[in-house]
Amino acid sequence: MDTPKMAEFAHIGKSVVVKGDLTGSEDLYVDGQVEGSIDLQGNSLTVGPNGQIRANVSAKTVIVQGKLEGNINATERVDFRKSAIAVGDVITQRVAIEEGAYFKGKVDIGKPESPGGRSEFKTDRETVSPVANRAAAGTGSPIPGVTGKTPVTDIKKV
Amino acid sequence: MASVAHSFMKIFRGSSAGPDQIAAPAQKSKRLTRRSSGLAELAKSFASEEPLCVLDLGSTSAANIRYLTGRGHKLYSEDLLVASTEPSLATKDEAGKPVLDSKRFLSDNLAYGPGQFDVVLCWNLADYLDESLVKPVMGRLWSLMKPGGMLLAFFHTHEAGPDAPCYRYHIVEGDILEMHHVDPRREVRKGPTGVSHTTIGTGVRLQRVFNNRHIENLFRDFSSIKFFLARDHIREVLVIR
Repeated sequence: MDTPKMAEFAHIGKSVVVKGDLTGSEDLYVDGQVEGSIDLQGNSLTVGPNGQIRANVSAKTVIVQGKLEGNINATERVDFRKSAIAVGDVITQRVAIEEGAYFKGKVDIGKPESPGGRSEFKTDRETVSPVANRAAAGTGSPIPGVTGKTPVTDIKKV
Repeated sequence: MASVAHSFMKIFRGSSAGPDQIAAPAQKSKRLTRRSSGLAELAKSFASEEPLCVLDLGSTSAANIRYLTGRGHKLYSEDLLVASTEPSLATKDEAGKPVLDSKRFLSDNLAYGPGQFDVVLCWNLADYLDESLVKPVMGRLWSLMKPGGMLLAFFHTHEAGPDAPCYRYHIVEGDILEMHHVDPRREVRKGPTGVSHTTIGTGVRLQRVFNNRHIENLFRDFSSIKFFLARDHIREVLVIR
């Protein structure tokens, strides 16, 4: 696969297990296990095909070929390869997902969380749907032809 | 005249795609495009400037992420069909019949706050999901949706047949979906003599065919249902919470 040259990356081999907080100012390739957090501001993290990470990750780019359980905050991009299994929320500017990759979580595309820890994203905790707002203001339903107040069945042939 | 020309071209292409299905350039990888009336209705909401919270229950799709987040909406992705194949979910009911543990499934999946989503993209999930999970999942989805929120689901009709292929759905435009055939999976099983046999199956099979009444029962807690009957043996359903 895309195993990088050792000299270009710090490398955690597949027999290595790390528990704790990982910080660094160079690119990192993880083919082993990491539990805790990974902070590589301005650099890239690659999770190799054997890599198993249970950590929140901050980096410039994150490439996942193995397993990653945790939130990803990438200033530039996140790349899920076909063998990737990722569970957690993603904040980044660009996401690439290969066919076959498994992802479970939320995706926010935009400016990532600032180093101060304050997110520029709005929360999701709105109690009333904008769709519902529109329905209340208009015909009672966001779907034309459907009243939305009582159970209605509408069949159309297209 | 147009229909004669269409039939004529079908013979030469060997395609069974109807007017709603147009062979995409990447035919070799079993990609098709189709127009979706249900998605067209949803697209009106997606055009909204107000950010919506969308739950996509199909296979992880970069196209859907791009389409929805590009319009300022928040997207949650969760492939329930893959999650339902977790071997540890297998259990037996009171009669000893093998079922999936729906309580455990719902504790591991769809773990969101109540009334969180404006839109749920269910795609063809209900047709392929194990029987024991269908009603509990729909009940959970009802509670996760905001009042007035919308859910899009596709159901096969009887004409589709039991071997109807399972597709991933990727949003291309307002009413255009690209469909990717779910890849065949190699399975190794032991035969009665103990010898291993390798078979290639689709991995997921159509579990049942819902008729209109079944669908109405499935979504009986919702406030309204709108059906779109397409010509490719798919019944699209748009329901409002």
